[in-house]
Amino acid sequence: MYMPPATPHPSTPAAAAASVLQACDLAGQRGDRALFEHLELALEPGAVVWLRGRNGRGKTTLLRLLAGLATPMAGEIRVNGVPQRQAGPPLRRSVVYIGHQNALKDDLTAMEALLFLARTRGDRPDDAALTAALQRLGVRGSRFAPVRTLSQGQRRRVALARLALCLHADLWLLDEPFDALDADGIQALNGLLAEHAARGGATLMTSHQSPSLRDPEPRVFDLDRHGLA
Amino acid sequence: MRDLFLAVLLRDLKLASRRRIDSLLPVVFFIVALSLFPLGVGPEPQMLRDIAPGIVWVCALLASMLSVGSLFAGDLADGSLEQLLLAPQPAIAVAAAKSAAHWLLTGLPLIVATPLVGLLFGMSGSALLALVAGLLLGTPILSLLGALGAALTLGLRSGGMLLILIVLPLTMPALIFGAGAVGNIEAGLDAGGHFSLLGALLLATALGAPPATAAALRISTE
Repeated sequence: MYMPPATPHPSTPAAAAASVLQACDLAGQRGDRALFEHLELALEPGAVVWLRGRNGRGKTTLLRLLAGLATPMAGEIRVNGVPQRQAGPPLRRSVVYIGHQNALKDDLTAMEALLFLARTRGDRPDDAALTAALQRLGVRGSRFAPVRTLSQGQRRRVALARLALCLHADLWLLDEPFDALDADGIQALNGLLAEHAARGGATLMTSHQSPSLRDPEPRVFDLDRHGLA
Repeated sequence: MRDLFLAVLLRDLKLASRRRIDSLLPVVFFIVALSLFPLGVGPEPQMLRDIAPGIVWVCALLASMLSVGSLFAGDLADGSLEQLLLAPQPAIAVAAAKSAAHWLLTGLPLIVATPLVGLLFGMSGSALLALVAGLLLGTPILSLLGALGAALTLGLRSGGMLLILIVLPLTMPALIFGAGAVGNIEAGLDAGGHFSLLGALLLATALGAPPATAAALRISTE
């Protein structure tokens, strides 16, 4: 019997190549509890998407899945059209994940902590690049201070200064990046997000408050409703 | 792979240099634990000389196990471990670097302290040399297996005790051949076989433990 050709599945390489990140039929769990199922998400270059959802809905779980820190119960994740599981070093370098925790060591100075995080990605920024990154987030003055002596907001700024070193990366996954930031810090981060988007990078972030970024206006992905608004 | 290995190793050494008291604790534990034996079994010189290799090995084993428990805990708590696992290079480099850092910060100081301990126990020069050579081959095994245990028990509440229960049985061959080599030397026999077996154990552990540690780290952070 003749079967009419089906409509192309969104996970075919041709369709996926246009997206920086594509999740098909994704299911995630925390412990034994399923948090979401049949989730479809695609980020094209230049997109800034605000991941929304009630507490405990699985925002962090989804970000960790997309970053490759956890394996999904079902479904597939493609980064630049390549299945995440087969991602080689260049592809892994194209994703930056900044979690809830700042990943800074208390006994290192802000500069050293930032340099270490860059080196784990295989980058070798010089002192000028590190200073410029810290300056963008307004923590240049405390670059030689041990992280232990910095306030929560300052630590968050140092952690986010990584983004200024990774503007070339295709995808930023940010978990509550605005946490503990004051008005200046939020503005600095908005500037980075706008520059990244203008370069064609995609961003997916969670935030308790509605992001104040206006250019580009973040789109909303509501985990309670499972779709892009 | 080399970049990530060096970055992690140098960072851990730098962190230790900023917390010198903490990094001295294993070697202090080693010396204090050893000094209990003359008090416990009595100051009979011949007996102390006979038991010295065995108890040096046991104390080195315990000092390694007690210090290895926190190997990944700090990195897990502050989110560094997630970033290390997301690095473009394989996590085996992280596992190997953490094991190497642990050996440099714990195993090596124990070896340096051993001649002093040997003199306290009245060991002969050749026996002491055999003991140090055995420890040089054996303590890296302890660090590699300890890192595996630390990764397996990462995030568990009673991880420290469990770690020791998991790793101690695996370290027994190193203990047997390390202490046995000294016994052979003291009896005037050849200890080459013991050292060859220790070397073989070290090679097998160095090849097998880091991949297993890397896999355990991935599971623990999921």
